[in-house]
Parts: sequence; C-alpha cells; structure tokens
Amino acid sequence: MSALLEVSGVSKSFDGFKAIDNLSFSVGEPELRAIIGPNGAGKTTFMDLVTGKTRPDSGTIRYGELAQDLTRMSEAKIARAGIGRKFQKPTVFDDQTVTENLTMALKSPRSPFTVLTRRPSMIERAAEVAQRVGLRSDMNARAGTLSHGQKQWLEIGMLLAQEPRLLLVDEPAAGMTAAERERTTEMLVEAAKTRAVVVIEHDMEFVRRLGCRVTVLHEGRALAEGSLDHVCADPRVIDVYLGRPETADA
Amino acid sequence: MTSTATNPNGSAVETVDRRRPMLFRTDVLIFLSLLALVTVGATVLAQAGFVSTSFVKLLGKTLCLCLAALAMDLVWGYTGILSLGHFAFFGIGGYAIGMWLMWDRTELIVVETLVRGALPPTPLEIEEAIGTQIFGVVGSSDIPWLWTFAGSLPLQLAFAVLVPGAIALVFGWLAFRSRVAGVYLSILTQAGTLALSLWLFQNDSGLRGNNGLSGLQNLPGLDHVPQSTVSLWFLWASALALGLGYVVAAWTVSGRFGSVLRGIRDDEARVRFLGYEVEHYKLAVFTGTAMACGIGGALYYPQAGIVNPAEIAPIASIYLAVWVAIGGRGRLYGAVIGAAVVSLLSSWFTGGGAPDIDLGVYVIKWTDWWLVLLGSSFVLVTLFAPKGLGGFVDLWTNRRSTRRDDLGPDQGSLRAEEETP
Amino acid sequence: MRIVSLIALFLFCVSAQAHAQGGPVQTLLQTHVDDIAKPSRRTIQPVLDDLAASGRPEMVGFLEAWANKGIVQREEDGLFFYAERDGDIYRLRSVEDGQDAGEVGRREATELKPNSGVRKLIATALVQFQLNDPDPDRRRAALDALTRNPTPELLDPLRKSIDGEEVADIRARKEALDRLITIRFGTDTETRVAAIEWMSTQLSLEARAALNAVLATDTVVGQPDSGANIAGLLEVGRDLTEDQALEILAAEDIVPDRVERTERDEVLIAAIEDGAIAGIPVANLDTEDARWAAYGRLVETGDAEPLPDISAVGDLIAANPIYAVFQEPDAAVTDAAQAALQEVENRVLRAEAVDLGLDALSLASIYFLAAIGLAITFGVMGVINMAHGEFIMIGAYTGYVVQLFVPDYTASLVIALPLAFVIAGAAGVALERLVIRHLAHRPLETLLATFGISVALQQLFKNIFGTQAVPLTSPDWLAGAWVVNDVIGISYIRIAIFLMALLFLGLLVYILRRTRLGLEVRAVTQNPGMAASLGIDPDRVGMATFALGSGIAGVAGVAIGLFAQVTSEMGTGYIVQSFMTVVVGGVGSVFGTLAGAGLIGGLQKGIEWLNPSNTLAAQTYMILFIILFIQFRPRGIVAQKGRFVQ
Repeated sequence: MSALLEVSGVSKSFDGFKAIDNLSFSVGEPELRAIIGPNGAGKTTFMDLVTGKTRPDSGTIRYGELAQDLTRMSEAKIARAGIGRKFQKPTVFDDQTVTENLTMALKSPRSPFTVLTRRPSMIERAAEVAQRVGLRSDMNARAGTLSHGQKQWLEIGMLLAQEPRLLLVDEPAAGMTAAERERTTEMLVEAAKTRAVVVIEHDMEFVRRLGCRVTVLHEGRALAEGSLDHVCADPRVIDVYLGRPETADA
Repeated sequence: MTSTATNPNGSAVETVDRRRPMLFRTDVLIFLSLLALVTVGATVLAQAGFVSTSFVKLLGKTLCLCLAALAMDLVWGYTGILSLGHFAFFGIGGYAIGMWLMWDRTELIVVETLVRGALPPTPLEIEEAIGTQIFGVVGSSDIPWLWTFAGSLPLQLAFAVLVPGAIALVFGWLAFRSRVAGVYLSILTQAGTLALSLWLFQNDSGLRGNNGLSGLQNLPGLDHVPQSTVSLWFLWASALALGLGYVVAAWTVSGRFGSVLRGIRDDEARVRFLGYEVEHYKLAVFTGTAMACGIGGALYYPQAGIVNPAEIAPIASIYLAVWVAIGGRGRLYGAVIGAAVVSLLSSWFTGGGAPDIDLGVYVIKWTDWWLVLLGSSFVLVTLFAPKGLGGFVDLWTNRRSTRRDDLGPDQGSLRAEEETP
Repeated sequence: MRIVSLIALFLFCVSAQAHAQGGPVQTLLQTHVDDIAKPSRRTIQPVLDDLAASGRPEMVGFLEAWANKGIVQREEDGLFFYAERDGDIYRLRSVEDGQDAGEVGRREATELKPNSGVRKLIATALVQFQLNDPDPDRRRAALDALTRNPTPELLDPLRKSIDGEEVADIRARKEALDRLITIRFGTDTETRVAAIEWMSTQLSLEARAALNAVLATDTVVGQPDSGANIAGLLEVGRDLTEDQALEILAAEDIVPDRVERTERDEVLIAAIEDGAIAGIPVANLDTEDARWAAYGRLVETGDAEPLPDISAVGDLIAANPIYAVFQEPDAAVTDAAQAALQEVENRVLRAEAVDLGLDALSLASIYFLAAIGLAITFGVMGVINMAHGEFIMIGAYTGYVVQLFVPDYTASLVIALPLAFVIAGAAGVALERLVIRHLAHRPLETLLATFGISVALQQLFKNIFGTQAVPLTSPDWLAGAWVVNDVIGISYIRIAIFLMALLFLGLLVYILRRTRLGLEVRAVTQNPGMAASLGIDPDRVGMATFALGSGIAGVAGVAIGLFAQVTSEMGTGYIVQSFMTVVVGGVGSVFGTLAGAGLIGGLQKGIEWLNPSNTLAAQTYMILFIILFIQFRPRGIVAQKGRFVQ
C-alpha cells in the first residue's frame, strides 16, 4: 500500500496561533482513516490545507504517483486531481435540483467551453449516483427542499460522482438520525474499498463503527495513530480528552 | 448558515423539460413570439402611418437596452457579479460604430466639396479635411491613432465587439485572479467605469471629449433613404439581436454551464471544490456579456444619433442593474421586462407624456419628479418584491415558488465568508 | 483724463482738509511757480526734491497729473488746477482735494506741457513718493508697476526707500527689485554678478524672469564674431528640429524658403493650361507625390520658386553651423546667471514639492472627512451606502439654509456644523432603520437600494433648491490664504478643513478605543456572530454607527460647501473617491481610511503635477492605479481581520 497523500512537516499559524504544528501524516489507497481530536486540534485546518483553501507556512503536501505538490495548486485543480471534500455542514446548491447538483459534480472535463456543450449521457450517470445514495425518486426536487439527512447524502453523492481517489469527509454523521448514520457508515465503508477516505469525526461511536485506523490530532500535531482501541489506551490521548466536554467543533 | 433551511413546500418538480431543443422550450417560444409580434406590429403600424418614426426608434432602442439587461442578468442574476460597468461596454460599442458612421459620412461630404476644386483631391487633403471637420470642435485637426481604422466598417464592427471583450478580459482577469468579489468588485467596476468616462471627457482623448460622436442617425451614402425606413431597419436588427441573444442566453444558463454559474453565485467555494476554475467561468461570462453589450450599443447609438461620455458614466451602469432588479434577477424574461418597462416609462415621464398632477398648492411635474418616483419605487421593489416584476409571471403561470427569498443572487459573496470558522 | 479724475476723486476721499484754494499744496507750488509753469531738465530737479521733501500725499496726484498734461495754470492769478478740457472751457478742480473749482475759458488758462526729459524726472520723483507712501498697499502697487517696467533711473529712489521700509515683505521686494534693476542695467560686471548671485536665493517669478532675460540668446548662422558671448552650437535633433534649422537657414537666404502645400497648389492652379500642368493632366494630380512632381517640372521651366533640398540638410548645417549667442556680451554675467538660474530652479522645485505636499494634505483631509463615515458604516455593517454622498450634500444645504436665516457668516457656521451633523445623522438613522436593516445579509441589494435613495434625494433637492448652485459663504477670517512665499501658499479654509479632519480623527479614535460604543463597534466589525452571542445588539450598534458616519458626512458637507459648489449633485463627485479611499485604506479601520485618503490625495496631486493641464486624466490614472493596487493588497493598506477576510 503506497501512500496516496503524504503530508510532511506542515505548519500553519493564524496570527501567532499555531493551528497546525509540524504535522506529518500519510494515507494509502485504498484506505479508510478516521481523524479524531478535541476542539481546536486543527482538523478543519488540516482539510483546508489539503484542499488548497489555505496555504501552509512550511512543509510539503504530496499527492499521487507523480507526487504533485498540492501547496502550489489551486483548489479547483486539486479537486480535479481527484481529491473530494465534504463539508461539515451539508453544502449543496439549494437553488438547484438534485439532478443539477449531481451533474455538476460528475467527473468530466471542467473547462467552460466544454461544459457549454450538452451531453445527454450525463443525466443517466447522475441517475445512477442518485440511486446509490437513495435519492432516485427526488431527482427533480430542489436541494433546498430536501431533509437534512438527504442533503448529507446528496453531498456524498456529489462526492461519489466526482470519482475522487481521496475523499475528505468532515463530520458526516452530525445531526443524523440513527438510521441515517447506519446508511452513511455503509456508504463510506463501501467507498473506501476502491479509494482513500479520510473521515474527521467527533462521535467515537461512529468511528468505532467505521472500524478503521485512527489518527488522533491534538494542538496541530498527530498525537497517536493506530486502531481505535489502541489509541484509546494511549495515556496521552486520555489526558487530552479527559475533562474536555465533547462539543461540536465550531 | 442558510443552507440548513428546509422548505416547507416540499418537493416541487422541475417543470422545464431539459431535453427539448432550446428553440422549442416554452419560455423561449413565448418570448420569441412576443418579440416578433412587437416588431411586425410596429412595422405594420409605422407603414400605415399610425406610429411615428421617433416611436419606432424608441422601440428599437428599448430592444437594445433589453439586450444589455439580458447580459447584465447573466452576469449578476446568474453569476452573482454585480458589475457596475456593463453599460460602459454598451457605450464602447456605440463609439466603435459611431466612429465609422462619422468618418465615412464626413469623408463623403468632404470629397464632394474637394472635387469641386481646381485640382483633384489627394488622400492627404481628404484626411486633413476630415480631421478638421470631426475634430475642429475640440480645437484640433490631427487624426488620433484611435481612428486609424475608422474608415473600415468591418473592422469597426469587429471593434464594437472585441474592444469591450478585451477590456472586460483584462479587467476581469485582474479582478477575479485576486479574488475580488461582492461589493468590492462592484466598487472596482464602478471605479473603472468612472475612469473610462473621465478619460473620454477630455478633449485630447481623441473621441471629441464631451461632445461625443454625433449625427450617427445618418447612414453614409444612404441619405436618400428616409429616416422612417432606416428606423425600421434598425428595429428589425435590434429585434434580431435581442432574439438571438435571448436564445443564446437561455442555452447558456440551462444545462451544466448554467448550473455552474448559479453555483458560483450561491457558493463560490463549493464550486471550486468540485473542480471548476471559478475564475475562468466568471471571466467567460464577464467577457461574453461585455461583448453582447457592445453589440447592443452598436445598434442603439445609430438610433439615438449621439453617443457621449455621459452615457458611459457609472450611473448608467447602475441603472442597468436597477432595470434587472426591477424586472427580477435570475430569470431572463425578468431582465427584458425590467429594461423595457423602466426605460419606456422613463421616456414617457421625462418626455412630458405623463399628465401633471395638480395638488392645488403644488403641481407635480413628472419631468421633475420622475427620478424621485423611480428611486423610491426601486427601494420599495428591493424591500418588498425582491423578485421584481418577474414575480408576477410566477403568479400568472401559477408556479409554486420553491425559491426561498434568502436564496438570491446576493448570497454568493456572503456564504463564503460565513463559512470561515 | 479719466485717470486724473479718478485720482482727484480719491484725493477727495482721503483728504477732508484744505478746501480753500490757498491750501498748503498750492502754497508750496506757488513758491516754484515759474519753474513749474516752464520746466526744463536742468532746473526742475531741485523743485521736485523740494516737493518730495514736503511728503504730502496730495503731491502724488499732482505729479501724475502734471506728467500727464492734466494741470493748467490760471492766467489771472497763476494758480495751478487739475483740469479737464470740455470744448472751449477747462473744468477746474483744486490741487488740494480735487474739489470742483469752477471753470475757465480755453484761453484763460495754460496747459502745462512738460517735455519728455522733465516727464521722466517727474516720474522718478513720483516713484519716490509712491515707494514711501504710508499705505503699504500703495507701495506694493508701485512695486508691481516698477517690476513690470523697470528703468535705471529708478534705482536711486528705490535704494533710498529701502532703509525706511518697515514691512518685511515689501522690503524684500524692494531689495529684489534693486538687484533686478542692477542686473539689467548695471554697468560693471562685479556688481551685476553680485546681484545675480543674490537672485539665486530667490523664488519669485520676477527673479526667474530677470535671470532668463540675462540669458536671452540670438541665433547666428556661421561662425560668430570673435568677441561674441557664445551660448552654444545648436545641433539638429537635440536643440532644434530639421524644419526649424531649415527655417533659420532660409531666413539667411542660404536655402530657398520652404514651399507649403497651399503655396504649391496655388502655383499649380495658376499654371493650368488646357487641363494640364507642364504637360501633366490635372486629373492625374490626385496624390501628393504627383503634385510635387508637377511642381518640380514648373521649377525646371522657371515658373516656380525652387524647393529646399531636404535630403541635404545635414551637409547644409555642417557648412553653416547655427550658434546661439547671448545678447549679453559679458560671459562672466551669463555664467553667473546660468548658475543662479539652476539654483533658483532647484529651489523652486523644492518649494513646489512642499506646496504640492500641502495641497495633497488638504485634499487628503477632504477625502478623509468624506470617506470616514462610509468607512465606519462599511466596516461595521458590511454594506455599501451609495447615498453617502447625498449626506454630504444634505450637510452643505443645511449650511446654506442656516445662512438664509442667520446672516452673520461666523455665527451661521457655528450653528450649521452641529446642525448638519444632527440632520445628516438623522437621515442616516432613518435610512438604516427603514431600508438597510431590512436588507441584512444582502449587501448587493443594499448597494442598489441605497442607490435608489441617492437618485431620489438628488432629484428631490433639485426640485426644492433648483438646479443652480447655491452659495455657502465662508466668514471673512477664513477667506484669505496663508502665503509662505511665491510658490508655497494655502487657503485658510483648507487649513481649517485639515484641522477639522484632525479633530474628527481624534474624536473617532477616542470613541472607538475608549467608549462602550467603540468596543461594541469593534466587536461587530471583527466578528458579528460572536458579538451577537455576547449580547451586543447589532441593530443598536448599526444605528449608532450610521448616525455617527452620516453625521460626519454632513459636517464634511458644510466644510466642502465652503470652497466647492453646493449643488444637488455634489455628492456623486465624492462617492467613488470615498469608496476608493475606504477600499485602499482597508475596511473598518480609521487609520486605514487615513492612510487611504493620504495615498489617494497625494497620488492625485502628484499626477496632476506631472500633467498639470489635465485634471480629468489625473483622476483616470489614479483610478487605474487603485485597480492595480488592489491586485497586490486586496485588503487595503491597513488589513483588518473581520468579516471581509477571505
């Protein structure tokens, strides 16, 4: 299992506050990985760094066989290279239909002039994805009218439609009903069979259900790594979590 | 924050069948038929002598303004870029075609005079005479470099489209590249427009300063054709341009390209993470619509007869945005309705068509009060009817709106900010 | 005659004494009655000295009239009068006070007609009077006249008047004039060079003109005489163009005169025979080349003047070098003048830089005042208020209306400033409550809605106050200008505006840093969500900032109205500039706005200085610069962390 994403020695600070401090991390393909950590551990900043939303102060982020340097690429280019991101809050285009949301996400050339041309086949491909995330019957509904859970699925569907090699998922289970969680877990595990999936999660129960390697992030550093039971036994991890209420990462 | 809102209306079904060819989509068909009706109707009435030449011209000009509004709707209503400079592109189009009209007509007149002299005129003499004729008003007789190709209709026609396009491309590239968005971009476009108009106001800009270009209603070599006929030609040309523009716009905003545009408007960052180069799309729309505005201007100003820097001043571009807002953003027919209604009403009120209201103590003269009315009604529309006049079309078609009011073209710039923790 | 009567009128006004014909002036004149009646160059000087020694101000009028042939001597008693001829009579006025003194027949009085030599002496004496006049303004006027028209005779009275001069600036001018006359008319090299060197410490236009006059040159073709003071060899391409060189050579008949195209065509038309010129059909002459060719044929047949050979210009000039030769023969003087002029120019440049700095500072304070209100509201609420310019206008019209009721300009200003703050502030609050609050989180719609307000307000004010600009007059004590020297000067109004900008800067910094409101404003600016969760009412903060920002705009309006035109459209002139100031400076920061105003003001003045003829172009270039500036510092000079951080 070769590393698909290789983060080495990355630091990022905001006005003196070190959000990420000399972090090294790697994930292979295919692999399912969970990142846990208390508030302010730098989980979201980590995602921002990988997806190009923010640039690191130092360190490198290499991706893929060609070891492309992600710190020099635009967000869109990183996305086209095969890295998909799911936000904490479901961010779908409320004003557009499920079909439109999915069609936009489908893997295909992205330049303005190619996009102008019509491809009827894309509707079928969108329908397939909708089928997979259970939104087949809501294809013509505006995303804004979907329930919270459905929006989460739609977003996961959009990620799947992108056919990424690396999926970054930020708190997918937040605000879901038990049944929806179940379904989400299945989808992620399924997705991780063919690609790398990195899940950032608070909910230990949810992480346990994923049954994968876990990296514990604390104050911008990787504190521990291994199976969930392994890291939970780590005294440093216990130190960090003890006495800290588990609130939602703001 | 807004994205968590759910709609109590439940799942409404998209009514537009996207597989039908564009030309036969209902809204496009209705629009084209109405446009044809207006054009043919005006032609017939004009031939029969029921409507005046100036009314035909007004109609033709309005159609050109509608084309500009359509472009504005694409760039603002669909892509969320509130450009306060698109009317400048309209003006540039007018200047480009105006240069040829003025040059060619002056050349004909000048040659006619010069051939009466003892010696046949030389090219240098003709050029000098044209220079004196055109630039005498700004105290010069030299021909500025801008006029190098003024004698060539095909080149000036090309410039009417390419110059706005090039300016939009450079400006847009600079602005979008550095991620200037929202109100910042609006102010930047406004400043750019101001710079352009101030430059044109100078006498040594080479475009006759605040005199602008005039006499554009006279087509060179066609003095024998009465204006009543010329006005009909331009009406048809304007209608053709608008119809074509509408079809192209409708085609652009449907399908994936349109999805991406609306996506940029509503959540720019998300579109980036889907792998679309947002800047390229913005640039494409900004440039394309600038070119459309150039076409509109090239058709408008020969009907108006004069183009001057005041036309390019930022306020004109703001009015363009106002038309689109009153008509209803994010819907193509809204832009057309807004531009047509407001500009026709404006002509009616300011042209003295509206009867004065005698309040006993004070007589409301609409020529004085129209702007007060327009300004306030615009505020009222923004506050109470954000969907604009286009909203009435919704009522009429009895379409249950699934669009929530907080999901407007305004949201794009805001959401990106609030996402930051 | 009119001058005489004016002077007489003036005298009438200044001297209320001596109505009698035998007043002190007449008495004095009568002691020299013969010399005055029949003056000669040899005898008149002691008389003039005596008249001058009297030091009477009325003497000025008399001397002027005398030199201008405006004095008659009445035959019957030998008394002198100002006189105006009216047909066959003279209307007489007293030499004491210009009062009417009856009339006499043309033959009953003799007009005094001093010859030119005497007139010159009178003029010199007059100058002495004027230069010693107790009224400083008249002394200044005399200096103005002398500077325009200096003569060597003036040097003596001028120098005499310097010692007694007590007003510093007049004394300086007298000294300068002394040097100026010395340079121009001095006879020995040393004193002239000394005077020139003294000039190099000056700034005035006169000093530069005097030095330039010394350096005036003639062009000489061919080697100049051995004694000539050669300024240099003029080279084509560096000092003069080919055409100019040809013209100079043509003036010396070295080459034929240029033939202009119109002259050529006249010759051609005159030579038309049977539809052809020298055998070339007229119809073929439709290019410039063909016409020149035809002209060439006419030259060959001797029917036209020959053309200069343009291709041989180089050789011609080599054979006939063109020199610039100083009119001034003394090389030491011209060298000193060149050095002095260089020095003066450097000085002027430095002074201009200072003046430009003052101008820029004043413009920056205006922009600051106009923009700071916008910066606050933009920073706190994140909305662009397009009607901000109209608040400036409201302030200016408030000042105007107050002046309608309070005629005293100082008092009206004292009332208008706070009143403008209150009225514009109230308008701002109304706008915030009625419109902007309802468009929360829709910044672009807010922009357009406030634009609608702006249009409506402009037209409303136009309907109320008319399209003409209304006057807003500043009190007298603000009317003048603080003049440091010939180059540096700034009007008091602009100084006042600068002080006002400083005041508001201090006030705002105090409010933002030291008060509860300031704390809340900063909180909302930096993180509205967090501020709200801490119990800060964003509506209240929004309203307060709108009141403050709009109020300041109103005050700025009064200030701007004092020197600019008050019209309903005055706000539009400031709105874009204000936005630029805010954006360049950095949103939500008072010091950012200050920096932005400084940059934009300085930039605009700088560009205007580089291209003084064209202020419109200056604005164009400035805006282009700003567009580029935002490329490199998108968040402005003082980058603020807050809601607009991307």
